Amino acid sequence: MGDIQESADRLGNAERVALDQGRKKKTTYFYMMLSITGLLAFLVLWQFAVMTNLVSSRFLSTPLEVINLFVVKLSDPFPDGEVLGINILSSLNVALAGFGLAIVIGIPLGLFMGWYRGFDAFMRPIFEIVRPIPPVSWIPLTIVWLGIGLQAKAFIVFFSAFVPCLINAYTGIRQTSQVLINVAKTCGASNFTIFYRIGIPSSFTMVFAGVRVALGNSWATLVAAEMLAASSGLGYMILMGRQFARPDIIILGIVVIGSIGVIFTFLLGRLENRLLGWKRL
Amino acid sequence: MSMDEKKIRLRLEHISQSYVVKNEVRCAVDDVTLDVYDNEFLVVLGPGHCGKSVLLNIIAGIEKPVAGQMFLDGGRLLKSDERIGMVFQKLALMPWKTVMANVEFGPEVRGVAKGERRAAAQKYIDLVGLTGFEKAYPNELSGGMKQRVGIARAYTNNPEILLMDEPFGQLDAQTRYAMQEEIMKIWEMEKRTLVFVTNNIEEAVYLGDRIVLLTRCPGRVKQVYPIGLPRPRDTVDPQFLRIRKEISQNTDLAL
Ligand SMILES: Nc1ncnc2c1ncn2[C@@H]1O[C@H](COP(=O)(O)OP(=O)(O)O)[C@@H](O)[C@H]1O
Ligand SMILES: [Mg+2]
Repeated sequence: MGDIQESADRLGNAERVALDQGRKKKTTYFYMMLSITGLLAFLVLWQFAVMTNLVSSRFLSTPLEVINLFVVKLSDPFPDGEVLGINILSSLNVALAGFGLAIVIGIPLGLFMGWYRGFDAFMRPIFEIVRPIPPVSWIPLTIVWLGIGLQAKAFIVFFSAFVPCLINAYTGIRQTSQVLINVAKTCGASNFTIFYRIGIPSSFTMVFAGVRVALGNSWATLVAAEMLAASSGLGYMILMGRQFARPDIIILGIVVIGSIGVIFTFLLGRLENRLLGWKRL
Repeated sequence: MSMDEKKIRLRLEHISQSYVVKNEVRCAVDDVTLDVYDNEFLVVLGPGHCGKSVLLNIIAGIEKPVAGQMFLDGGRLLKSDERIGMVFQKLALMPWKTVMANVEFGPEVRGVAKGERRAAAQKYIDLVGLTGFEKAYPNELSGGMKQRVGIARAYTNNPEILLMDEPFGQLDAQTRYAMQEEIMKIWEMEKRTLVFVTNNIEEAVYLGDRIVLLTRCPGRVKQVYPIGLPRPRDTVDPQFLRIRKEISQNTDLAL
């Protein structure tokens, strides 16, 4: 191959670094091309299946039609009543409200329960009762309480995200190394100082895993909630797609939901890399 | 030794510790009475699982003994005390913190101003030979270097009495010898009262002013050996070998 030098012993350090980086870049590039090829193959197959009537176009639209609709829906509120941007914003609004609330309440609660035994004993019965209830089963009650607005859906999303946040924070802080706790004790730290200087950082890995599950849950629950009680949003758009027998609308909704999920996961990964960067050393 | 060198810093009186495991009482430390003198290098030598860590944890205030009393400079010692520092047996660094942040943890927790604690931390980072690694994370360091960080951290707390629990137990032989020399040098430069736990006879004879030999579990004081050899000690010197043999014939330690 071209990147093997005949006289390797005469290579300088800089050249070696450049060579190594070049090789790594090539490998990354190769795998990225494979991923793109896979995705394209899937789309082509799909387009082909519908065009040849392998699957009836009444049930499935082609990727090209979906892309076309995407452009149209950017400015056309038909048939569900809102343009795509408004639907996305409406969904994001609810998801982030519920998810954010779950993080702000669930993680600290889990951390405190995991660290302070008395608080754990006090909170646990309530939590154990609430925990197994499927979030969606709150929907009828929240409609009675709060109607079908943002609050109602945010409440349901909150429940779906709250449980993994709390459980993971709890488990994570429970795994704090006793040796590190002892180190802090001999350094003269109080229990609360040990809690936030040693316990909380020790729980981060688990907390992040929980947040990731919570994110998936809230997105899924949101769409379910919007299908049952909403007047806008991606779930609502999908529901309207069904009522108007427009598979392209349904698929567009699904694709947008999937894409936003991917973006969230990516952003979360970036944040995790920043906070837990030491793990990769 | 002159009289004032014999000043007692730490006194243990009839310290005992036991645990109840599955309704059975397990004794870990049994009636240990011991004086530790000012600025001495005291080595506690004993076989594995004889209660050495338990004894140090008690002195450090990490656990409470079931019986016995402790005195530091004549005053009762009842809980963790800033005057007593510890280097741990297991690797005990915060992996999410840099070397510098790990070392300055103690003064930081106690609210010492940044400039002041940085200076103290830097001094001991330099002393243990980690200059240039201040920004490294524990994952990037070798076992010996991690233990050096632990030592620097303990010194940065500026304790009057320093407990070391088999600090070199997990190092390879080569690194272990190097670290023994290193700790000797540091102790001579920065005089402290040191209580050093080990299960290695050679290490004990190489380092200690006195060696307290413990029995098998539950740990009891079997004998105390003053080691009068001049430093730096030579591990193949006939005197050294004679003491080493004498101790090994008095113990169940495998050598
Ligand atoms: N918290 C505990 N509960 C029950 N047994 C313990 C506890 N801590 C130590 N032990 C027991 O006490 C004995 C002495 O332990 P340790 O001091 O760690 O030994 P070593 O001399 O090797 O440091 C061991 O048998 C250990 O199992
Ligand atoms: Mg031990």
